[in-house]
Amino acid sequence: MNAHNPLPQPETGLRPRRLSRWHIRGELPRSAQWSLAAAGLLLPLAIWWAYTAAGLGNPMFLPGPDAVLRRLGHWFQDEGLLTDIGISLYRVMSGFLFSALLALPIGLYIGTFRPVQAFLEPLTDFIRYMPAAAFIPLVMLWVGIDEGSKILIIFIGTFFQMVLMVAEDVRRVPMAQIEAAQTMGASRGEVIKLVILPSARPALLDTLRITCGWAWTYLVVAELVAASSGLGFAILKAQRFMQTDKIFAGILLIGVIGLLTDQGFRWIGRLAFPWLKR
Amino acid sequence: MTDAKIRIRNVSKVFNSQGRAVQALQDVNLDIQANEFITFVGASGCGKSTLLRSIGGLEQHSRGEILVDGRAIHGPGIDRAMVFQHYSLYPWLNVMQNIKFCRQLKVVADTVSSDSDIELASGRADALLSLMGLKAFSQAYPNQLSGGMQQRVAIARALMPKPATLLMDEPFGALDAQTREVMHDLIRHVHRLEKSTILFVTHDVEEAIYLGGRVVLMAPRPGRIDTIYDVPLPKERHQDMKLSPEFLGLKREILTRIRETSGMNTDLELLEQLTRSTSES
Repeated sequence: MNAHNPLPQPETGLRPRRLSRWHIRGELPRSAQWSLAAAGLLLPLAIWWAYTAAGLGNPMFLPGPDAVLRRLGHWFQDEGLLTDIGISLYRVMSGFLFSALLALPIGLYIGTFRPVQAFLEPLTDFIRYMPAAAFIPLVMLWVGIDEGSKILIIFIGTFFQMVLMVAEDVRRVPMAQIEAAQTMGASRGEVIKLVILPSARPALLDTLRITCGWAWTYLVVAELVAASSGLGFAILKAQRFMQTDKIFAGILLIGVIGLLTDQGFRWIGRLAFPWLKR
Repeated sequence: MTDAKIRIRNVSKVFNSQGRAVQALQDVNLDIQANEFITFVGASGCGKSTLLRSIGGLEQHSRGEILVDGRAIHGPGIDRAMVFQHYSLYPWLNVMQNIKFCRQLKVVADTVSSDSDIELASGRADALLSLMGLKAFSQAYPNQLSGGMQQRVAIARALMPKPATLLMDEPFGALDAQTREVMHDLIRHVHRLEKSTILFVTHDVEEAIYLGGRVVLMAPRPGRIDTIYDVPLPKERHQDMKLSPEFLGLKREILTRIRETSGMNTDLELLEQLTRSTSES
């Protein structure tokens, strides 16, 4: 359904003139967009391959894509790649879910009520500048060295940023939406439940998408803590054995998993918020 | 005049802006009768929006009292719906769901006791939809609509709980001139049909005269009521009246007074300078 119903245009035989692709904030046809994205991903790969295939680098330090692929196959068959992926996925997602579970309500209150904001925001701002890795010794002393400590490191890395972003999402709900409900007789609880939360949902999903990416970046740090499996641990162990191909494989895998989760979030967004389509 | 719908008594409002106390409203007194269509104009900073929002209960005044039906107001209420300039629709709800939004609220739901009430309410939503010319768009989302249509949805939504008073804060300020004319006749029609009291804030003098039975001119620094004009036009309005001598005379009078009270000396100096330079060349 469209607001403007254009009159049927007489066929003129003219085609719309396209602006230059370098027009500021111009448009790009879909096909061009896809081929450029593919080129952006494949070109570095090609350069990498050509460089190593030509024997320009020391394969000890820079293995070629073929070696990395071979290592990946080996890892999959003999070294329990899927277990490593599974355990890492479990750690990242647990840390991420715990922080989301706490950050969503706390952020909602910070963004809605000034006293809560005054009370909690400076503290959150302060803690979020502390590097998560620096907490490792403390976490080991307090929580021990099993799964809980790894999940806690990921939690520390994501939670404080997430709270502030959630609060900002909530604050961005237009005041007119809130006041319109108030003049229709909405109570405070109703404004939060029926206006602020539904209105902030798309922004909140975006915040979850971005912070989930950050959770992955803390994986290697978390698996510094007495881990015996996982992608981050495998990368660390590979360094000890000079298996640069395995380091490459691990890093690339984390990248691919991150990309897939990111696309998953976008897909959920398209499905859940059909009104955002123009 | 004891039975005035809304009585504003010695209302003042002071707020702090960067450590300085600013007098947004000073000793405002006004009686508004039931079923009146009253419009507010004035230079920016004259407090017209602040006054409207205070009546809506969205802002608190520092002194004086606002009585609606003889009772002092505390906060917003279902009897005083507000229409904003923009961004007030709920983009995740379609047009029909937006209009029916108030039905989810406890104060409204409590008034519904039987199936016939529910049927009545659905009938009202349908009636408002056709009144606003939105029948074909009941399933559309707000961002699929033009600006004028969005404001029609906002008005229908505000009317849904049958508010005795409709507060409109520059509702057509973002619309183009043609759409605005259509909206003017529509809102006059709504006023006749719903018999609500309408308070309408605008910066457009022509709009204020065309819509209002009375025009309240406010002046800035401190925000106050300067003059109240009775509009010398018949109750039934049509667009041609905008060219009548009565209309144009009042428009000239109000515009002159706004310029005199605006206190924008630098703006006035610039205007004089421009007039001088064009007459010289």
